[in-house]
Amino acid sequence: MSKFRNLVIGTALISAMAAPVWAEKIGLGRPALPEEIAAWNRDVSPDGTGLPEGSGDVLTGEDLFSANCASCHGEFGEGVGNWPKLAGGKDTLADDDPLKTVGSYWPHLSTTFDYVQRSMPFGNAQSLSPDEVYAIVAYVLYNNDLVDEDFVLSKENFAEVVLPNAGGFIVDDRETTELPIFTREPCMENCKQTVEITAHASVLDVTPDVQDDTAVVAEPAAEPAATETAVAEPATAEPAVEEPAGVDPALAAAGEKVFKKCAACHKVGEGAKNASGPVLNGVLGRVAGAAEGFKYSSAMAEAGANGTVWDAATIDAYLADPKGFIPKNKMSFAGLKKPEDRAAVIAYLAGFAQ
Amino acid sequence: MTDEPETKGTSRRAFLRGTAAASAGLVAAATSVRAEGADPLITEIQPWAQGFGDGVDATPYGLPIKFESDVVRRNVSWLTADVISSINFTPIHALDGTITPQGCAFERHHSGAIELSKDDYRLMINGLVDTPLVFTYADLERFPRESHVYFLECAANTGMEWAGSQLNGSQFTHGMIHNMEYTGIPLRLLLEEAGVKPEGKWIFVEGADASSNGRSIPLEKALDDCLVAFKANGEALRKEHGYPVRLCVPGWEGNMWVKWLRRVEVTENAVESREETSKYTDTLENGTSRKWTWVMDAKSVITAPSPQAPITHGPGPLVITGLAWSGRGTISRVDVTVDGGKTWKTARLAPHSHDKALHRFYLDHLWDGSEMLIQSRAVDSTGYVQPTKTELRQVRGVNSVYHNNCIQTWWVKSTGEAENVEVS
Repeated sequence: MSKFRNLVIGTALISAMAAPVWAEKIGLGRPALPEEIAAWNRDVSPDGTGLPEGSGDVLTGEDLFSANCASCHGEFGEGVGNWPKLAGGKDTLADDDPLKTVGSYWPHLSTTFDYVQRSMPFGNAQSLSPDEVYAIVAYVLYNNDLVDEDFVLSKENFAEVVLPNAGGFIVDDRETTELPIFTREPCMENCKQTVEITAHASVLDVTPDVQDDTAVVAEPAAEPAATETAVAEPATAEPAVEEPAGVDPALAAAGEKVFKKCAACHKVGEGAKNASGPVLNGVLGRVAGAAEGFKYSSAMAEAGANGTVWDAATIDAYLADPKGFIPKNKMSFAGLKKPEDRAAVIAYLAGFAQ
Repeated sequence: MTDEPETKGTSRRAFLRGTAAASAGLVAAATSVRAEGADPLITEIQPWAQGFGDGVDATPYGLPIKFESDVVRRNVSWLTADVISSINFTPIHALDGTITPQGCAFERHHSGAIELSKDDYRLMINGLVDTPLVFTYADLERFPRESHVYFLECAANTGMEWAGSQLNGSQFTHGMIHNMEYTGIPLRLLLEEAGVKPEGKWIFVEGADASSNGRSIPLEKALDDCLVAFKANGEALRKEHGYPVRLCVPGWEGNMWVKWLRRVEVTENAVESREETSKYTDTLENGTSRKWTWVMDAKSVITAPSPQAPITHGPGPLVITGLAWSGRGTISRVDVTVDGGKTWKTARLAPHSHDKALHRFYLDHLWDGSEMLIQSRAVDSTGYVQPTKTELRQVRGVNSVYHNNCIQTWWVKSTGEAENVEVS
């Protein structure tokens, strides 16, 4: 009985105090330590707030860019395929098809630094030192004809760089330019005399054929595109892959998971083509730098010319330390540290003949 | 392999099969005369009426039945360089009601959907605060909790349609949207816990994935209705929606709803990150660009009939249905036209109207079998009326990419097939 009374009193007290208690502090969480804040608080603002100490020059940036960025963005920031272009596009913003790059569109240099430091390289984010980020950003400026090749970017001179489109933005003005027009009494009757069709989606014919999706379920590997679709969408059935003798299916299955780290740049399976990395069908037994139509680094081409052939041993060594095994090759991937991951990927790749 | 794909036809081939079958029964359907013969599905004992179905636990966590296997997210491969940094589309043409199941709600990742456990989850509040704080997932569960239904629309939804009709299907033209019931804690409570300093005017939020996708949000919005959510539609967030914790920024563009939310920094100014300068800014005809275009304007679309959801039943009763939403409040009305906008009828709005959430509308139409140009037009609680594409182009040109909330036209032919078109 006494317990019950206490509970009632306690509840009444909490109810009475509820609002003011929440407006104060609840007392959850713990203070963040300075080194924790330093580890995560790395964003950089237009006024330079957040920039680390350091500097980097254009020529160093060129090498770093070639090694870490060019596989997607091109050697000069011109972009590979559908990957973002970083250079060019000057004075195109009012054109029918504007080219938006760091040089033509981005308002603040801090954005480039911030993005490279926090989010790049793709698949290996936060792996660059502050000096390396300064150098890469300097090289991007150079590619946009905004600095000379002897330029050195540093924390000290960062704020002096003004990008061409810095003044090209206005704050959202829909409230004054659109709301007055579109806030109105809608017409219900006799709203127009005639109606003509002026454009058809079927003219362009760029809609994905939904039938391809269902075809994957029923008829594995019927379409060249089917394999990619299936890899991209785990919901659909995997096409059956002919396993050559000697490959452990369980290991290959494990390799398929590990391969997700590679799949951004490398394609496998029926119909696979070169992407930002060379196609890997039939890579086992292939001479290094020999995928048809792929533009290799000179380092990789040289390795092939010197007789490097991809087999289980060489792929294992390459994946263990890509930059160590073939210095200056352009694969921007840190490698697979675990031997079992490398073995699994090799088993997986063995399932894709030429 | 003799198995036929057991999917409902949305493809042209399946559509034609369906039409042939429908034509045979069309007269019967339209006039409700006697059936030609007894239906064996009724007169003969069917296997499901005689034997057993699955026992309980056959599927500890269920997926849709196989007959619905075509109701899935789809991507448009030419839009992006790679699926790791890409987007796909909700199959809105095949859904009804307003809540989007998590499993088919569109995904947008910048460096893939990561697996981050509750145990490994940390949320930091730092910057212009009295006490920078770190919360664990268990800490978050102890804050006072709220539930709200909100739509999330990508600013690029319908973005491929600026220059002309391009994609044939409401999934592709309008499927960068979903609507869920979120459970979480007001961001305001976390900020109050750390104590915002007077000079703090913005927050910068970022995710734990490799892209970290940082966005700046005015403090006023952060303190108003932003929600730090850990549940959606009653269950934990799915991996692709930011498990274990994402931010909800009601009514504002989806890119700001940072997934795998790991840090909220109070700042004096906007950080002007990549996602709020080079992307998610809207270039006007003269080459200048609008920035900070956060609010999603009122918009609607007819989800069926539509190119992926053709009419297969011939003339007679037809349900025209679709979705409407506004980032500025609720939807007060949706009008529908079948003649390309000469005359409009006000559709029926399903109940359950939530602020900054999807609304479902229906127009029960008696179709005479002739071709139609169907459109829907939303009016929101502020009196804003969804504009035509021509009107939007007059203000913005065709290079905005983002925030295309124009009226959509489907040309429904007498066969029941539909196509994405523009009209005068």
